[in-house]
Amino acid sequence: MSTRALEVAVGGFVATGLALLAWLAISVSGLDFSPSQDEYKVSARFSNIAGLKPRAKVTSAGVTVGRVDSIRLDPQDGQAIVTLAIRGEFDQFPLDTSASILTAGLLGEKYIGLRMGADFDYLIEGDEIEDTQSSLVLEDLIGRFLLNSQGD
Amino acid sequence: MINGLAALGRSTLKQLAGLGRAFMILIQAVLRPWGPGASPRLLWPEIYSAGVLSLVIVAVSGLFIGMVLALQGYSILVDFGSEQSLGQLVSLTLLRELGPVVTALLFAGRAGSAMTAEIGLMKTTEQLASLSMLGVDPVQRVVAPRFWAGVISMPLLAIVFSAMGIWGGHLVGVDWLGVDAGAFWGNMQASVDFRIDVVNGLIKAFVFGIFVTWIAVYQGMDLIPTAEGISRATTRTVVYGSLAVLALDFFLTAMMFGDY
Repeated sequence: MSTRALEVAVGGFVATGLALLAWLAISVSGLDFSPSQDEYKVSARFSNIAGLKPRAKVTSAGVTVGRVDSIRLDPQDGQAIVTLAIRGEFDQFPLDTSASILTAGLLGEKYIGLRMGADFDYLIEGDEIEDTQSSLVLEDLIGRFLLNSQGD
Repeated sequence: MINGLAALGRSTLKQLAGLGRAFMILIQAVLRPWGPGASPRLLWPEIYSAGVLSLVIVAVSGLFIGMVLALQGYSILVDFGSEQSLGQLVSLTLLRELGPVVTALLFAGRAGSAMTAEIGLMKTTEQLASLSMLGVDPVQRVVAPRFWAGVISMPLLAIVFSAMGIWGGHLVGVDWLGVDAGAFWGNMQASVDFRIDVVNGLIKAFVFGIFVTWIAVYQGMDLIPTAEGISRATTRTVVYGSLAVLALDFFLTAMMFGDY
């Protein structure tokens, strides 16, 4: 085998590998090469986030507008503080926007749904969403149902 | 009693000496990969025989594994009405586990055994001794190019395997079983993270590449220079290489994905 053919084969092999890696990065993992700095963070307090995880989607009217950045517990009042990273292009959420924890399907993943309010000022970096609705916990629902049915 | 102790000591010393020789080869191949009579150009033929020639078997295996994953995954997911997640299942399984592991097993059988046999025959026919006579270090001339070729080729082969597998999964899931193409790719992109899944899979493939080629070149350098010795060493390369891959995979997975 000539040196030339050998080099072409090896070069083709390496190039194929790198091209497929790029394909894996872009179309399989959905890697976005545009700088992700272009987002702003707002926080929201929930009394129960049951099952919400970092990197869960944040949607508005079903459209994904950002991701859950971090989840902490406020030791003072025992509430969960969820930080949402919202993409910079969606910068027109009114101050009185409400956030609720929703479930995709019956047993699916938890995500956050934002519903726009009517305020004229918009949420900016560091703001807090006041109006929140916590995760629906199935056990609580069943408990309440049992309690109610005992009264009959 | 004393004889028993002596036998134990002898076998321990033998194992330790073997381990020492293996580490010497590794350290030499890593720290001084070239020198007099051994240029980096020696790498190309070795990448060709370890990487390019393994391409077909890796690509075909990847395709079929992806297709079977899609078929099996679909039949389970459809019971829960969540066949939309097929893309997620196929891609995560391939990128995190099957891509690196199965590629490494194939690599041990296809390329590792060839390396051992080649180096072993060189040793048996005293070519390695002749090299030393000429002042050429056999590790630099023979071992280092093969070692580095294996380390470079393994991640590339694992990428090919995963990509072919995902394509095979698409073929069966979307084109044959009728999963929605948008949901297939959308769920995949939403759940696959480049750093966590793709990069960790590549790190696994890289580590497996180091161990499989290391075992292969060591077995070749260290065999008993007879026909039987070559056959034994070749078998050991495949057996030890595969075992090392499977055991390492557990520990790597525990380190990468185990923080729950």
